Amino acid sequence: MNEPRVIALAGNPNVGKSTLFNGLTGMRQHTGNWPGKTVSAARGLCRMDGEPVMLVDIPGAYSLWAQSAEEEAALENVCFGGADGVLVVCAAASLERNLNLVYQIMEAKDKVAVCVNLLDEAEKQGIRIDLEALSRHLGVPVTGACARDGKGVKQALAAALDTINQPPHPRRALYPEPIERAAAQVEVLLPEEVGRWVQPRFAALRLLEGDGLFLRLLRQRVTVDASVMQAVERAREALSLSPQGVSSLLVEGIYQAAEEACQKTVKTPEKPSDATLRADRLLTGFRGVPVMLLLLALVFYLTIRGANAPSQWLSTGFEALGRLAEGLLARLGASALLRGLIVDGALAVLGKVISVMLPPMAIFFPLFTLLEDSGYLPRIAFTLDGLFERCRACGKQALTMCMGLGCNAVGVTGCRIIDSPRERLIAILTNSLTPCNGRFPLLITVAAVFFGGGGAASSALLLAGLIGLSAGMTLLLSCLLSATVLRGLPSAYTLELPPYRAPRLGQVIARSVLDRTLFVLGRAAAVAAPAGLVIYLLSRVTVSGSTLLSYLTGFLDPLGRFMGLDGVILTGFLLGFPANEIVLPLILLAYGAEGGWNVPGDMASLGSMLRANGWTGLTALNVMLFSLFHFPCSTTLLTVYKETKSGKWTLLALLLPLALGVMLCALTHGIAFFL
Amino acid sequence: MRDLTSLPTGQSGRVLCLRAGMGRRLMDLGFTPGALAACVLAAPGDEMRAYRVRGAVIALRRREAQTVILEEDNHE
Repeated sequence: MNEPRVIALAGNPNVGKSTLFNGLTGMRQHTGNWPGKTVSAARGLCRMDGEPVMLVDIPGAYSLWAQSAEEEAALENVCFGGADGVLVVCAAASLERNLNLVYQIMEAKDKVAVCVNLLDEAEKQGIRIDLEALSRHLGVPVTGACARDGKGVKQALAAALDTINQPPHPRRALYPEPIERAAAQVEVLLPEEVGRWVQPRFAALRLLEGDGLFLRLLRQRVTVDASVMQAVERAREALSLSPQGVSSLLVEGIYQAAEEACQKTVKTPEKPSDATLRADRLLTGFRGVPVMLLLLALVFYLTIRGANAPSQWLSTGFEALGRLAEGLLARLGASALLRGLIVDGALAVLGKVISVMLPPMAIFFPLFTLLEDSGYLPRIAFTLDGLFERCRACGKQALTMCMGLGCNAVGVTGCRIIDSPRERLIAILTNSLTPCNGRFPLLITVAAVFFGGGGAASSALLLAGLIGLSAGMTLLLSCLLSATVLRGLPSAYTLELPPYRAPRLGQVIARSVLDRTLFVLGRAAAVAAPAGLVIYLLSRVTVSGSTLLSYLTGFLDPLGRFMGLDGVILTGFLLGFPANEIVLPLILLAYGAEGGWNVPGDMASLGSMLRANGWTGLTALNVMLFSLFHFPCSTTLLTVYKETKSGKWTLLALLLPLALGVMLCALTHGIAFFL
Repeated sequence: MRDLTSLPTGQSGRVLCLRAGMGRRLMDLGFTPGALAACVLAAPGDEMRAYRVRGAVIALRRREAQTVILEEDNHE
């Protein structure tokens, strides 16, 4: 087989690079309508006319002048990644802005092709682009695409592959004469190997504008000696410009070229029809706050309402399966202990986890993906920014909290979209305060059993209120961190609000069910069965007359009582460390162990069982509070360690929510005691 | 001197120059001298506003928006 040719996919954030990548490779990189989903470069193989092609999906960048981790990755991949060609993906509706990056990449490389994506979106705004004229103007191949519909995807790759054998002659942006002269003076001094990576003129310009990262990356590959740097200094002195001054002139020059290109090739209507702006007048600003809360409550209402019946069916199914397994094992002559281990231990917890978890997840994830694909998430960050600013945190933290609603480990990784290290740490440390999907079933069930007088609607409101509480606590702790261990001022940041896009229903369901629901369920199921075995063994192995389980719950009981909980509940949370999903099933099983393994399936008998074990309204409230605020699950903690590379911060990520939960529970318990 | 924050929602102005600070980032986003910028949205509290520039909508906090100086008397 031939060595695959390598094509790098570059472009501004949120222009559809990952969609194009997925369409070509059949892989499923995370896509969604907000900037910053792709945080590290992904690679995938595809075939073109029988030949293998390696595609590299580069994180979105506004510029090769890197200002964030993603853009550093973009600069390194474009200039030094060793790709045979670069395909720059652009959004049609904001072509002029996108051309900034196109011109920069054309300055660095010859083998460049451009794909103008999202043509349908531009057309709706009345924007028309003459692709052929644009291609002639830029001097590189230009193709059009609607990657979400799979249109123009192959053609874009074909155009990029063509540039390998027939390198185009990009028409580069020209700068004021003194700059060009200075660049030429530096260029002649550069060693020849520079040309292996980038155009020498590009390298000279980057040195003139003092791009430290570029110089560092270049020096890892090529010796740039002192004489070159002296020539750069001299050239700048002759220009009487600072590096920033040069840099500004370069961007201005590029935007002049981009403006000219657009004047010749893009037709924009006098009065653009802007459905996005009309929607935003309703969805942001002060009116945006109630709309946001209503949307949140609606998502929960649909989740709770829709999940009830399927949960019952699954629960009944698993009970029947348990009886079947019991009978089968008995016929095979399995001992009572083995039967108990498998049926009452492993299978019972597994059945509970699946029947309690699967239905809400299968509803929540598609709904959430709908919001994500429509482009609503950045609006949440925009609407709430004032609050984050006051806590001296980054508004993009609202985005990472939204991701945390799905899974905290994902939320922690997502914190890479925050550029300031201080603000990123704040977002990482507080992410587990946002309840992930694995905690919803417990919250929903307990809310429905103890506070569900008004049916799904009141449970949904209560749940939305709990999310509000967790958001409030996140802001409070962010504020505290900003004032203590992570002191500092809010850093500058920019947030792009992309146009709303109608989500593709098929893709939403495929992605949310296959990539999220089944993935999270698989992880939970993998720990559910072993945890079931453990709790069964603990309840069966006796030492001097008492079971190990009763020793453990008895040991934890005083602490539990102090927090208005009990030893069994704390045992459930401890054993649920690998996955929050199994906490409630474990608690039920531990109670059931004393009453002959009868774990009720329906809400009414569940309520009476919990009450028989001493639960009151206060217990229920504190269980929900502790579920919101306790230690993050093992996966999340591991992710925190990976992202921070620090045991100290990982420990803080564990202690912070735990301390908050213990304090809140003790507080409500104390208040109730004195009332 | 007028800066971006002086634009009420619905009004636009032409960029004259940028104060030092995050200049290069804002320029890369399209706020270069001569560019037309329109204020389209304001977040609650008015700390953050969204501006349309070169076909895209970019939200900036007050402190950053103050670094973009606009040409005088050029309401469009």
